[in-house]
Amino acid sequence: MKFGILILEGPYQHQAGDSAYNFAEAAVAKGHAISGLFFYCDGVQNATTYMTPPQDDRHISKRWAEFIAKHGVDAVVCIAASKKRGITDANLIKGARIAGLGQLTELGIESDRLIAFGD
Amino acid sequence: MLFTVNKSPLTSDNLKTCLRFAKKGNSVLLYEDGVYGAIPGTKVESVVKEALKSIEVFALKEDLKARGFGEVIDGVKLVDYAGFVGLVEEHNVCPWL
Amino acid sequence: MAGEDLNEEERSEEDKKKFLFLMRKAPYGSIYPQGGLEVILIMAAYDQTISVLFADDGVFCLKKGQETAGIHVKDFSSAFKVLESYGVEHLYVDKTSLEERGMKPEDLLTGVEVVSSDEMSGFLSGQDVILPF
Repeated sequence: MKFGILILEGPYQHQAGDSAYNFAEAAVAKGHAISGLFFYCDGVQNATTYMTPPQDDRHISKRWAEFIAKHGVDAVVCIAASKKRGITDANLIKGARIAGLGQLTELGIESDRLIAFGD
Repeated sequence: MLFTVNKSPLTSDNLKTCLRFAKKGNSVLLYEDGVYGAIPGTKVESVVKEALKSIEVFALKEDLKARGFGEVIDGVKLVDYAGFVGLVEEHNVCPWL
Repeated sequence: MAGEDLNEEERSEEDKKKFLFLMRKAPYGSIYPQGGLEVILIMAAYDQTISVLFADDGVFCLKKGQETAGIHVKDFSSAFKVLESYGVEHLYVDKTSLEERGMKPEDLLTGVEVVSSDEMSGFLSGQDVILPF
């Protein structure tokens, strides 16, 4: 199956982003495809290089970048939400792209399931 | 239909309103703080037990374990993340966040 | 020929996905309802079937007379009034949520369909994508 994942909360503040990641890993492990990740609202913060967590904590954006590269996943970061938070291509994780909300509709159309994680 | 519930039912009406919309044969997955709805002895245990008469209730094992719990109300089924994915394979999702 | 055209139309109807926006959060306290509204307005250009259900604190989004000047935040409530002209098929409001908040349909900004959760249960199951805001 093709799973689309929508992430609506920021990193290190709410569990939503962690749940989304764990779900995505488990889906891939079961042989499913991730048709896309869409980061929206504060969720866009998950995809920036602006984080240096302590060594013994998970590195949320690095983890996503590795996931995206390993599985060739399309990861879209909402442009409007990014602009509000100063996120540009210069501070975006590798493999992610900034694009409009239309991509979320596209993701909904092409996915067998679109599941949202948020507050 | 799989309703995903992530709020503690002890401080939020989330589970209660979700159950109002869930119909016979639907499933509810409790995850994140939603898992507090699955543990026995709380003030919402009777609500969950009543729901179990017509719907299936699942709780995410990893979230329960992270919070120091393991026991769940009789009839609530434990799933791990692979099981969560399995539920989403079977059902369309209604995120009740 | 006419029959073929009809079939084609039916097929394209089938290709459309049913999107439901589940608005369950109050306005201004968080970005969620505004975020949902922005998705709806963009999605409207995609020729999909869009419905919106306001339940729980989401019904507060439709309250008449919102004045946000004092909190220096943009009032986005008026945008809900135009959704119908954007081709949003249904604007549903959960009856119980409204009653629990001491509100009546006439307190709401726009013409909505007040429905019971029983009526909505089946409708939810028929949706392809449900987006929570």
